[in-house]
This record gives sequence, structure tokens and C-alpha cells, in this order.
Amino acid sequence: MALDEYQKRDFKIIGTTPVRPDGVDKVTGRAQYGADFYLPGMLVGKMLRSPHAHARIKSIDVSAAKALPGVKAVVTGADFPATAKGDTLDVQEHCLANGVALYDGHAVAAVAAVDANVAKQALKLIKVDYEILPHVTNIEDAIKPDAPIVQAGRRGRHVPEGYSDNCTGWCEFGHGDLEAGFAKADKIITRTFKTSSTHQGYIEPNACLANMGADGRADMWCCTQGHFQVRNLCAQIMDMDQSALRVTASEIGGGFGGKTTVFIEPVALLLSQKAGLPVKLVMTRDEVFKASGPTVASMTDVRIGMTNDGKITAGDALIRYEGGAWPNSTIFPGAQSAFASYDLEAVRAQGLNTLTNRPLQAAYRAPGAPQSTYAVEAVVDELCEVLGLDPIDVRLKNAAQKGTKSSYGPTYDDIGLIQLLEAAKAHPHYSAPLGPNQGRGISNGFWFNFGGETSVSLALNFDGTITLVEGNPDIGGSRAAMSMMAAEELGIAYEKVRTIVADTASLGHNEVTHGSRVTFAVGLATIKAARAAKAEMCRRAAKIWGIDADAVVWEDGFAKPAGANAGEHDPMPIEKIAADSPRTGGPIVGHHEVTADGAGVSFGVHICDIEVDPETGFTKVLRYTVLQDAGKAIHPDYVEGQMQGGAVQGIGWALNEEYIYGEDGRLQNAGFLDYRIPVASDLPKIDTVILEIPNPGHPYGVRGVGETGIVPPLAAISNAMSRTIGVRMAELPMSPPRVLKAIKEKG
Amino acid sequence: MSKLHITTSINGDQTEFLCNSDESLLDVLRDRLHLTGAKEGCGSGDCGACSVTLNGRLVCSCLVLAAETEGAEIATIEGMADGEKLHPLQRKFLEHAALQCGVCTPGILVAAKALLEKNPDPTETELRYWLAGNLCRCTGYDKIINAVMDAAAEMRGA
Repeated sequence: MALDEYQKRDFKIIGTTPVRPDGVDKVTGRAQYGADFYLPGMLVGKMLRSPHAHARIKSIDVSAAKALPGVKAVVTGADFPATAKGDTLDVQEHCLANGVALYDGHAVAAVAAVDANVAKQALKLIKVDYEILPHVTNIEDAIKPDAPIVQAGRRGRHVPEGYSDNCTGWCEFGHGDLEAGFAKADKIITRTFKTSSTHQGYIEPNACLANMGADGRADMWCCTQGHFQVRNLCAQIMDMDQSALRVTASEIGGGFGGKTTVFIEPVALLLSQKAGLPVKLVMTRDEVFKASGPTVASMTDVRIGMTNDGKITAGDALIRYEGGAWPNSTIFPGAQSAFASYDLEAVRAQGLNTLTNRPLQAAYRAPGAPQSTYAVEAVVDELCEVLGLDPIDVRLKNAAQKGTKSSYGPTYDDIGLIQLLEAAKAHPHYSAPLGPNQGRGISNGFWFNFGGETSVSLALNFDGTITLVEGNPDIGGSRAAMSMMAAEELGIAYEKVRTIVADTASLGHNEVTHGSRVTFAVGLATIKAARAAKAEMCRRAAKIWGIDADAVVWEDGFAKPAGANAGEHDPMPIEKIAADSPRTGGPIVGHHEVTADGAGVSFGVHICDIEVDPETGFTKVLRYTVLQDAGKAIHPDYVEGQMQGGAVQGIGWALNEEYIYGEDGRLQNAGFLDYRIPVASDLPKIDTVILEIPNPGHPYGVRGVGETGIVPPLAAISNAMSRTIGVRMAELPMSPPRVLKAIKEKG
Repeated sequence: MSKLHITTSINGDQTEFLCNSDESLLDVLRDRLHLTGAKEGCGSGDCGACSVTLNGRLVCSCLVLAAETEGAEIATIEGMADGEKLHPLQRKFLEHAALQCGVCTPGILVAAKALLEKNPDPTETELRYWLAGNLCRCTGYDKIINAVMDAAAEMRGA
């Protein structure tokens, strides 16, 4: 691991809060999102979707649709080149069914027509003959040995006996002697928890515009978290060279992990290929809910032992996730993160994934971690309640720190959990008085953070300004962060740097914007590209001065002689080096390519106060405080924005949001009216406390901050609920009917 | 089906367009006039991303038939700034970091402006309820509320 990057230094620009470069466009309506692109001759694409949860497609007759005037192309899954394999074939079949519809909303055909009305009429003319098959949409039923099988041949190699063939994945992490640990406990609590599927809920529906020529070369504009990934997946599915497809990422209207794969992009390409014209394909909100990635739903058994003075002696969890009709690996981070906040002698987390007749799950902000953490943090909290211990004191007593062997294997380097817990305990929120029907909950949260393949290029323009070219869609203000890091490193003003997100033809591969990786990994590459440019600028100055390049240093935007031995030369500003560059060796560009490592794990601690109306079961969040370790906050306002946004998504998950399936296997609430995300009047202010415990793996100490904020709220609110109503609820969301039922059953 | 000819005023400019009888105002703004600042987040009036004002009244343009706008005055996000001079709400959104992805921002700005025209001095609670029809998934609303309250204070002082 690259854990020697960090060097302590004073900053001039890092830590300030300049306006983001995309700001003016976004407040004036000029910013272009996925659905905002138009081309001459452009067609409108629409998809036909299965109304059945599970059905064999005996035949599809598209002849009447094709014959409708204005229809330019009609395609089904059989029209894709039959070359995709493995995971890519799964992605393809999620985009367009191949013989079997696997969930309510699974696309079975698509049309491109001159306008939306003609396209809608054409969909009605497509005749699909379905043979309805048995379906299963929940975990309990899906894992039973006699369950309807979603897809045969997908059983995971390590799945234990006794589970159905729907079970595609099994994992186990941990260390130590569990039974010896439980034997030392004064109190052991075992409980089972359930969470519902939730949706990322981005406000911008998935959208793309594809334009393929008769030469097989294509351009695409789409809203995505990773246009290089879109290009690679589409190229494999369409059997194209990667170089033949150029993808440009639009502004992205929210992603939260949900836009890290493709749902419609290969279909738009296929339609454009068949029609010979550009095709725009935009999902409706109904389609977004039915056919783009929700989270896994979960059912988790947790057993934790504790001594009377609050020492955890052992922790054990069996975590079961369902993630729709294809295999996925979210159970791994789910099992790995469950106990990651604790320093434990004996710990085990087992994970099981099962298929169901639902859309394939997609990543959602710290995928897998909120569900498993919720179950663990709820049992820790219940032990604190039963033993009469302070929940922060107990977490401090058991907190992971530098040198702790984590529950998932690696030993931690510098981490900030203890500092966060101490700050939470000292925060005025933690000791504020509570009224009747009010309660307070806290929770830890953890996320790994990632690095990954990264490529950036930093060009010095002839006037001394900088164009920084990166390849990661900006979902949280990262262009501002990159401009700040480049300006800091070069010693020039923030306004002198313009950062753009380039298309796939302009840079080497950049991994998707996910895993809280961008400010860390692209930032690291930006700093190194700037250092490469500085070294070249020093060489150019040395050439002009006729001295060795080693005898020149860079300081605050100027090349300067390193010392008296280098001779008397006036500091040379970046503008002069830039202007002279045609005569000193040509254009000056710094670049850096890396598979970034050393991302530095992240912790957060949340404090939440709620009030429950005992008559209705309605829960009001009264006060909420987020404490998180950012390593180094490049732009503190945008770091706060991540913390607040994550917390509020978690609040929605805890209190309201859920996918509701009927007995018929159909999704019953595919719209924002019935799938209710938090609105402004539901919420209090979300207070934030940023701690900065530098990440040794980044030159400025940056840790990713995007995902951790969604991990603690589920348990923080659940723990507050328990302390308010006196009942431990074990199922999310804690919607008013469930809360009322829990209060009534308590009597 | 022959198209309807409609004459409106959009952001102060007389605008004529042809539309089908079942087309929404949002469809016309975006797909016929290419005023893409208003966004379609749901098409059912639940998210507020398509907010515009119609004769001074805040509406979801996805719920208004374009054919109903004959003779109407429509204001969209594209008309909020005065040339290169941003409206105080726009400026405060930037200063307070009140946007992330920005896709809900045009609708929220239009809605907030409509509130401040009716009530220049809203309480935070009034503001939160007024904006309850505008979904934002990125920010948790905190910085949006701060930005609108600060803009309202500045506009009252101005």
C-alpha cells in the first residue's frame, strides 16, 4: 500500500470555499444533463417492459410495430450480437431480456420513432406471448430449498447445504475463538433484523443519446458516473472496438452509485445502428424505479456478547442479502463492514446472497454497509441499554484504532474513530435535554474507500493558465476540488485553473466515480501531474538561465534559483515560462496515470434526536449531528454537503423508503408519491463536525467522504426509536403503521 | 392530427409554437423551444424539477397542457438572471454551496423566487413547507434553506 504519500504542510487554497466551476451553469439552467442533448434527425426511443415477475417469452411479434409509419427501428434481445459473456452478458440481459422476463419491468423490446407519440403507439403494437412462471420476491422464500428458481445454474460454489439454488454467493470474515468469547460475556443478545430495498432516488432519470454511423463508429452522450465503463460495457455488448465508441458524460443529476452501470445505453446504440439515425432514450420515473438498481434488501442475525463493564467479548452475524435476478457481490462489503468499527478478539461475519425476481441491485452509497451496520449497531445499543451503560463510552471502550486487526482482515493505519467518539461525547447535542416522547440514538459507521485506475492531464496554456483534463463525472463538486489541488501545488490562483471532464477519447481509462475515490485518487493524480509540470517548468527556466535543472526550485508560481550557487536570476513567473515554451522545447503538459492505492478508510459517528407521536406512530427528526473524518477537507462546504446528503438519505431509509411488492410479484409504489423520499419540511438542520486525521496514502491527507454518511443513520434512528418508545424495532423502514403497531403491542 | 398554434410570452418575449393537444408545457419548453432548464424528474408533479410560473403562479410544467398557455405569461429559470447579473437567489445558492448535482436547482430557484414575491420574510418553517414539493436528493436541504433565507434578507435590505 502506498502509505507514505502524506507530508504535513501549510495550505493557501486547500480548506477555502471558492465557488464551483459548474455553479453558474447550474443556477441559470444552462448546465446540460443527460436528456438535454439534441441532434438533427434525432429519433425518440422507448422500451416495452414485462408486466410479469417471471415469464418465459414464447414469442415476440414486432411486425405491426415495424409497419407503423414513422417507426425506424424495433429491437429485441435477440438483435444484440451474441458475443457478450459472463458478467457482461448479465448486464446485457438486464438491459433487454433474452427469452425470459425475470422481473416486473424487465425490458423485452425497444422502438425508435420520429416522435414520442409514434413510439408509444408502436409499443402497443408489439405482441408478446408470455408463459407465466412461478416467482419469488423476498429473501425468506428465495433461500428455502423448495423455492421457485430465478435462474438455474447460478448456485455459488461455497453456499452451504440447506439453501436453495437461488443462493449465488457465500462469504465469511473474522478471527478468534467465538465460543470462548461468548463464554466470557455477562450478557448475550441475539436478534434478527430486516431492511427493505430502497432506491438511490436521483432526481434525473437515466438518459442517453446514441449516434452510430454506417461505418460502425459511434458517439454517445449520457448521464453516468463512469463514461469509460459505459464505453467498455457497450463495446463488449455491441461487439465494437472500444476506440470505435466515444462517450461523453453529461452533467449528472444524481447517481449515488445507481449510475455505475448501463440500463439503456446499449439499447440506444442498437436502435441507432438499425435506424441509421441518432436515438435519444430517456427513462420515465416509473422505469427508473422498476428497472434501475435499487439496493439489496436484507435479513441479518446478530449475536453479540458483552461484559457488565461494556467490553464486547464476541460478535457473530449471518447477513443475507437479495439483490434481484442476477448475481452480485454486495454481500462482501456488507459482511466485511459489519463489525469494522470495533477492536474484537473474536468476530465472525458470514454473508449469503440470493436471487429474487426483482431488478438487479446497483450500488448505493457505501453498498452493503448500512444494512449490516444497522443490525450490529442496534444490538450494541441494546446491550448498552440493558447493562445501563453509556453508548458512546461503550463504543470508545471497544473502538478500532491504529494497529487494530480489523474484522475483515487488514490492520488499520491512522484512523479517526476514537477522536470522532470523543468529539461526539463533548458535542452540546449529546447532553441537550430531551422532552416527553423524545429519544436520542447514536451509531458508528465505516466505509472502506477506493482508489482505482486514474488518468489526468494538466496543460499549461501560453498565458500561464491551466487546463486540467480529468475523466470522472463530477457528482459532488470534484472539479472545484481538482482545480484547488492543482492551484495549490502550482502556487497560482484557483481561478487560473479550469478543470474539465473529458470524453473517453481524450484520456486513458478512468474508473467509475464510485467508492468515494475521486477527491482521493484523481486528486492524487492531479497533484502528481502538477508536480510533473513544475519539474518541466523548472527545466525550461534552467535552460533560459543556462544552469542545471537541479539548481531551480518552484515557489508560489515562480521558478527560482535554488540558492546562491545557482547565480543571480530574478524569479521567473509561470506566465513567462508559458509564453516562452514554444522556443524552449514546446508545449508544457504534466500528466499522471496510476492505479491508486492507499485510499484510507473512513469512519463517522451520528447523533440523532427524534419525537414519536404515540397516537399516529409518526416520527419527527428533531436534531441531527454528523461527525466524520475527512482526512483533509479540500473544500469544507462540499464535504459538509456530502455528510448532510448521506445522512438524509439514511433518514429516508430508516423512516419511510421501501420497495413494496404485491403477491403478484409486481412493484406497487414505482413513483415519488408512494416511494417517499425526505422533503424539506421533514427535516431539521443537519449539523456537521469535520475531523481531519490525515490519510497517509494521499499527499494532502485526503480520505474519501462521499459514502460514510449513509451508514450510521439507520441504526442511529432505530436506537433513538428504541429509547423513545421502549421497544426494539427490528425492521426498516420504521414507518408510522409499524411504529404504531410496536407501541400497541407493547401495551 | 393537426397541431395547435399557441402564442405566449416566455420570460418577457412573445413566443409562438405548434404543439399536439396532449403535449405538456414541459415537453414544449424542452423539446420544441429547447429551454432545457426545466427538468423532467417524474412527469407526475411529485418532484418539482419542472417548476415554472404561469401568470405569476408556481406550477409543475409537466402538469400543464401546452395548449392551455395561449396568451399566458410564463417565466422559467432561463429568465431569472438579468443578463450577466445573477439574481440574489442564484448568487446565494453559489455562496452557500446550496447545490450539488444541480438538477433540482432550477425548479427550487423558481419556487423560492415565487415564495419571496408573496412573502419576503418567511420563517424557516414556512420556507421548508413551501419547498416541500421540490425534491433534492443530494443536499439534505440544509444549505438550500440557508441560501434562500440569506437571499431573502438581502432582498429585503435592498
